[in-house]
Amino acid sequence: MSAFLSVHNMTRRFGGLTAVNDVNFEVREKEILSVIGPNGAGKSTLFKLISSFLRPTRGEVRLRGAVISGLRPDIAANFGVVRTFQETTIFRGMSARDNVIIAHHLRARAGLFGFYMNSKTAADDEKKFGKSADEILDFLRLSEVKNEIAANLPHGHLRALGIAIGLAVNPQILLLDEPFAGMNHDETTKALDMVREVRKRGVTLLVVEHDMRAVMNISDRIVVLNFGEKIAEGAPEEIQKNEKVIEAYLGAEDAEIGV
Amino acid sequence: MGLNKTALKKAVGAGVFLLLVFIVVPWALSRAGRGDLISALTSVALYSVISSGVWLTFYIGRINIGQGAYALLGGYVSAVLVVKYGMLFWFTLPLAGLFCAAASVLIGLPILRLRGVYFAMVTLTLTEVARLLAQALPITNGPSGITNIPPPGELSVFGLTLIPDFGGLENLRLGFYYLAASLMVLCFAGMWRLVNSRVGFLCRSLQQNEELAASIGVNVARLRLLAYAISSFLGGVGGAVFAAIVRSVYPATFQIQESVNFMLYCFMGGLNYVFGPMLGTLTLYLGWDFLFKTGEYQLLFYSSALIALMLFLPNGLLSIRFGRGKKA
Repeated sequence: MSAFLSVHNMTRRFGGLTAVNDVNFEVREKEILSVIGPNGAGKSTLFKLISSFLRPTRGEVRLRGAVISGLRPDIAANFGVVRTFQETTIFRGMSARDNVIIAHHLRARAGLFGFYMNSKTAADDEKKFGKSADEILDFLRLSEVKNEIAANLPHGHLRALGIAIGLAVNPQILLLDEPFAGMNHDETTKALDMVREVRKRGVTLLVVEHDMRAVMNISDRIVVLNFGEKIAEGAPEEIQKNEKVIEAYLGAEDAEIGV
Repeated sequence: MGLNKTALKKAVGAGVFLLLVFIVVPWALSRAGRGDLISALTSVALYSVISSGVWLTFYIGRINIGQGAYALLGGYVSAVLVVKYGMLFWFTLPLAGLFCAAASVLIGLPILRLRGVYFAMVTLTLTEVARLLAQALPITNGPSGITNIPPPGELSVFGLTLIPDFGGLENLRLGFYYLAASLMVLCFAGMWRLVNSRVGFLCRSLQQNEELAASIGVNVARLRLLAYAISSFLGGVGGAVFAAIVRSVYPATFQIQESVNFMLYCFMGGLNYVFGPMLGTLTLYLGWDFLFKTGEYQLLFYSSALIALMLFLPNGLLSIRFGRGKKA
């Protein structure tokens, strides 16, 4: 297995707080890798570091050897490293279809001026974007609501729309930010199927998630963070038996009960 | 068929509008001997061009109360080039716009990172900075300003007159009206195209969520600068024509009051509608003049009307006609 995406010595400090401390791991092509950890373990910070929404204090992320950390989000997206957001982050005033169409931005062959003048290349691009958006919406079962204003969509559809937006960018690796947060059993089951189908399209997935059951169910491998450091890495069965992991989670539970 | 019908409707609408602006209005007002109204409408046309720039910054999600700075800058650039360097006004017009666009890129680089009220506050001070600069710099002639700007000269190519010498015009007022109206039509046609192209689509994405826009690969900083530069270009061009009309430019020609007005014109018309600034400027400018009759209560009536507007029509005048969420 080749190193597809690799995280090297990743460290991020906020003032005196070290949110992520010297984390190393690799993501293999076409796998689903989940990053888990108790509250405050540094999952979200790591997520932002990989998608270039934050600059690392030290360390780097490489995609097929090219450094993609410490850049700008739009440049990372251009490399094929695309993140999704939690559900409320969509273009609220646009239709679901427009949300997906605009996310094709990086596939445009015409420049801004070409689009302004509606050049042949631009018109061609627009046609392709529309077609591709319809395909993606159909794939995520959003066809029926595609003309609804995004702000009016129910939760389940919003999650799917977030992933549709991510897919439209044509990612090599899609980073999912807590895709199962706040879902009930049925919703989680559906969402799990959706994520598996996305992987079948040939997209590598890195999932940051709280929901243990969902993570154990879907991941090929899991990385566990605690207090900003990696404490375990391996297949779901290994992680479940790992003493450090159990301790970290039970410890966190104790603390919660204590409060 | 449905599509063709709306296209036809739009074409007819545009035709009627052009007929009104270029033929009916000037003809009717000339016959009625209302030169004062022609001057007022000239100002409306110019201010709507300047406000349309402000509108574009609203369109990328920034409250811009600094357009007066660029209008002042544009006025000075044109005036200095005409008076001190003897340049033809018609060449100074695009130069004034480009100078303002260049300045706005330098200013925008740091300040466009700010959002909401913070950006608004900084732009508010821009107008004051521009005024103080105009008072202090030698090239602007300080507080006495630049006066006696000659009317725009003849523009000709190979002996063929494209635009006659304004100094020789029988009716200078009408000349300036046609100039301002032409600029307005050009500006709004261009802006309409922008809003209905992918460029406008991208601007809306910035307005709605900059992080998400960045995550799908939009170079957010560059697009913001582009929109701000276009906005300032329009401010500069409008300011340059204004200076030519009143034949002078002072540090006080465009002040914070004007900057605030340009923003209010946008609010009045509606921030979601590309033609909003035009209607907003027309209503508020003529409304203010009309309220002149109320004497000392002028400002009271004017502000009450504005407050009522914000309360009952938060989406502007055009929202009456277009109703739910439809964007012009």
